[in-house]
Amino acid sequence: MSTPLSRIRNFSIVAHIDHGKSTLADRLIQLTGTVAERDMKEQMLDAMDIERERGITIKANTVRIEYPAKDGQTYILNLIDTPGHVDFAYEVSRSMRAVEGSLLVVDATQGVEAQTLANVYTAIDANHEIVPVLNKIDLPAAEPERVKEQIEDVIGIDASEACLISAKTGIGIPDVLEAIVKRLPPPHSGDPDAPLKAMLVDSWYDSYLGVVVLVRIMDGTLRKGDNIRMMRTGGKYGVDKLAVLKPAMTDVKELGPGEIGVFTGSIKQVRDTRVGDTITHDKRPADKALPGFKPSVPVVFCGLFPVDANEFEDLRDAIEKLALNDASFTYEMETSAALGFGFRCGFLGLLHLEVVRDRLEREYDIDLITTAPSVVYHLFLKDGTQLELHNPADMPDLSTVDHIEEPRIKATILVPDEYLGDVLKLCQDRRGIQLDLTYAGPRAMVVYDLPLNEVVFDFYDRLKSVTKGYASFDYQMEGYREDNLVKMQVLVNDEPVDALSMMVHRDRAEMRGRAMCEKLKDLIPRHMFKIPIQAAIGGKVIARETLSALRKDVTAKCYGGDATRKKKLLEKQKAGKKKMRQFGKVEIPQEAFISALKMDS
Amino acid sequence: MAEDWRQAGFALYVHWPFCEAKCPYCDFNSHVARSIDQARWARALASEVRRVARETPGRVLNSVFFGGGTPSLMDPESVAAVLEASRENWVWANDIEVTLEANPRSVEAARFDGYARAGVNRVSLGVQALRDDELRRLGRLHGVDEAKRAFGVARSVFDRVSFDLIYARQDQSLTAWEAELREALDMAVDHLSLYQLTIEQGTAFWDRQRAGGLRGLPDEDLAADMYDLTNEICAEADMQAYEVSNHARPGAESRHNLIYWRYGDWVGVGPGAHGRLTLDGTRWASECPAAPGAWLSRVENTGQAEDRTALSPQDIVNERIMMGLRLTEGVDMEFFEAQPILNMRAASLVEDGLMWCRDGRAGATVAGRLLLNRVIGELLVD
Ligand SMILES: Nc1nc2c(ncn2[C@@H]2O[C@H](COP(=O)(O)OP(=O)(O)OP(=O)(O)O)[C@@H](O)[C@H]2O)c(=O)[nH]1
Ligand SMILES: C[S@@+](CC[C@H](N)C(=O)[O-])C[C@H]1O[C@@H](n2cnc3c(N)ncnc32)[C@H](O)[C@@H]1O
Ligand code: SF4
Ligand SMILES: [Mg+2]
Repeated sequence: MSTPLSRIRNFSIVAHIDHGKSTLADRLIQLTGTVAERDMKEQMLDAMDIERERGITIKANTVRIEYPAKDGQTYILNLIDTPGHVDFAYEVSRSMRAVEGSLLVVDATQGVEAQTLANVYTAIDANHEIVPVLNKIDLPAAEPERVKEQIEDVIGIDASEACLISAKTGIGIPDVLEAIVKRLPPPHSGDPDAPLKAMLVDSWYDSYLGVVVLVRIMDGTLRKGDNIRMMRTGGKYGVDKLAVLKPAMTDVKELGPGEIGVFTGSIKQVRDTRVGDTITHDKRPADKALPGFKPSVPVVFCGLFPVDANEFEDLRDAIEKLALNDASFTYEMETSAALGFGFRCGFLGLLHLEVVRDRLEREYDIDLITTAPSVVYHLFLKDGTQLELHNPADMPDLSTVDHIEEPRIKATILVPDEYLGDVLKLCQDRRGIQLDLTYAGPRAMVVYDLPLNEVVFDFYDRLKSVTKGYASFDYQMEGYREDNLVKMQVLVNDEPVDALSMMVHRDRAEMRGRAMCEKLKDLIPRHMFKIPIQAAIGGKVIARETLSALRKDVTAKCYGGDATRKKKLLEKQKAGKKKMRQFGKVEIPQEAFISALKMDS
Repeated sequence: MAEDWRQAGFALYVHWPFCEAKCPYCDFNSHVARSIDQARWARALASEVRRVARETPGRVLNSVFFGGGTPSLMDPESVAAVLEASRENWVWANDIEVTLEANPRSVEAARFDGYARAGVNRVSLGVQALRDDELRRLGRLHGVDEAKRAFGVARSVFDRVSFDLIYARQDQSLTAWEAELREALDMAVDHLSLYQLTIEQGTAFWDRQRAGGLRGLPDEDLAADMYDLTNEICAEADMQAYEVSNHARPGAESRHNLIYWRYGDWVGVGPGAHGRLTLDGTRWASECPAAPGAWLSRVENTGQAEDRTALSPQDIVNERIMMGLRLTEGVDMEFFEAQPILNMRAASLVEDGLMWCRDGRAGATVAGRLLLNRVIGELLVD
């Protein structure tokens, strides 16, 4: 028997990064006794190493809890803890499609931030009921009254009944549970006997179970052993295992309307599933599929090459395995004159890139060279053809190009007004066009139209440093615009290094070229000879630095016993070389390729 | 090639692993012990000497070196016992060099006579600095005056006396070093070892540096300038560098160390001692346990402290390069010519001005010597 809709509540927990979503999820799990006390740990849903290490959520997580409410009824609550970082905004929006309400967590010491706003808009788009939750009231700096006002002024939702909580100490959590039951709506409709209509919310690869699919049942009933069909991809599978997440998988016989759970079938890879697809019974299909989601599109591309060329096959293996679990990054083989075989990969943003690279290096133990990240340019050639340029190295001869368009974004930045000037300067420096400037209480809200390529590398870092961490930032893609773009090459010891080529705006080329040469001068270790480092556009040098020759590297003492010791030292020196890649006579350390792009001023 | 060692000579190294106090920069195998049973140690060292000597009877011994640690803490009788053991099965060369490393303190100077009687004919004094405050920073137990007095005693007792200085110290300027070096040259007889301070892993200095302390060490450029200046000033004083950090008047080089660098044979006796020994055409590397207690019980219980491994032809080539290129005289060209790959790489280093090649020999140039680790790195064979 499935649970009546009136006793189900499905909701997502959304907030700006670090405002305490995962910690709140912990408390909800704990207070309802979903997980035994001894198995609790902090941010327990953040299970990936990289999540735990960086203290952030990367992947949305669903948990089913049972809550005996004050009205005497026991409710089934499905919560989805979502990531806060802008790169993973797509996870948030698709999670919201599976539920009817959102807990909007706001850090009472920080107030409304850029992703708070972005999440509210997405929630409103998804027709959500929103319950504001002011968190961290245990901290002396908490200002719940002021933040309530801010929510009403800036977001325009009623905050008078916001829950005041500390997810850390547990204050206010019972009120949150009651508010979920009383103020969030049950699933809107659903007929257990209608043809099955289930939304494919997410899928991931589990090394033990294979592909696991997360579904939300809209209509009908899904049972273990059913033969199902994915309406968009046409894939047909038997349901081998049906479970709910508590958060450990707990087998169930069936899932009815309004419920959220997972199943496994003989699905080979995550790519065989498409989030937003509609799952129905093969024998008795639904007549119409659900609307589906917009697919996520990678916006940042870079090449990944093994430092040791012999590890190409290992890299291929690792990328394929990782892709099983992360359908949002794309890859295709790439060859470079200097770097040999590797992959051109697409990511949702720079953090996503770093996460994938970190996982490849760590989980698969491969040292990687990451080439300059690039966005996708639209090239319009004189002969009328149009090309997508993912890699500056593929840039055709300029004489054949009519014009180039680059992607732009709409960026929203919230910043205390004492840093407003610095933020405006940063945006102007990055070729931004101001769209709006308003005030949200003591903070300014700046909206800028910016070229994505100026944002991709280090905009967020710079923003954080010029505002001492007090600004928040969110963006959306806004389409393409023509501009005066050129390819800048970098020559090290007179040899062009493809992996460092990049597209730049003509007016900013000298500045970027200079910054890049200076950076490389610091990043490349001294060699036994001096090394010119140059930036050039179409053969014309626009910036130049010289790395002076190494002067001293000699062991002061070497006697009888040192022959053996010294041999070990030299072997270590050789091993160190493995972290480097040879370009002509010059060895460039792997981290140089990304670090060289970051600008300090 | 098998009996190559004969050209370079044959030496005995004896390691004495004890010191009065541990210096903060020192990563030698040295330990501070409450009490040492001198007779027992002398017996063990002598028995090790006898064991190897019985395997290689009749060899002509060109040098004995007592290193440490602080061998000047040994009783002269212990030194005598070891030396006597070395004469039982080996033949002392007429011009044998017998060196003992000594700390320049008065207690030790008092033993110099006894060492001389035991057969020691050369001492190497760890003076380290000619500035009192600098000696304190280096954690040394002696002062400049005491060191100079010990040096005076040594000169009166031994034919040959050398001393060590450590430079490129914290906050040391080029001019300050120049002044100190000139004073040293005024004192020196015919041999000087001048080491740039190296922060070695496992030392107190290393830890301090890692913790953000030990500031004011010279950067690469200043260290290189100091090295160049040292070479110039010593050359003017007719104390050319014959090795990276060693200077001597022609003919006054340390014969013992030349045997290492020319890659002769040497027997290593004592805790942590290494040796290289050619037996029936095979070249062996030997190594002893470093912990004094472990070494002693191994000698007493098994009668043999060392472990030996045979060196491969590549090992031999690599070691010969590592040692030989440290010398101003370089190595015999035939050695390179016998290895086509090496010959090619060396030619390219000659082109870069880092190596020279003339009169049937090849070596590192002045510029190459400052980059010796890289030069060697280029030449090593797999
Ligand atoms: N003092 C205090 N700290 C809190 C509270 N809630 C969360 N924190 C801390 O805030 C930090 C971020 O908490 P998370 O729960 O990981 O935040 P999040 O919103 O899930 O972060 P992302 O998933 O990365 O967006 C952690 O260090 C928590 O310990 C609270 O109520 N009081
Ligand atoms: C075996 S050690 C010391 C012998 C003797 N116990 C002494 O301290 O005088 C030989 C020499 O190496 C040098 N030395 C030791 N550690 C050093 C370091 N970290 N950097 C530079 N020279 C060092 C010192 O000059 C020392 O005299
Ligand atoms: S420098 Fe000499 S005295 Fe100081 S610890 Fe090392 S061996 Fe002993
Ligand atoms: Mg989280």
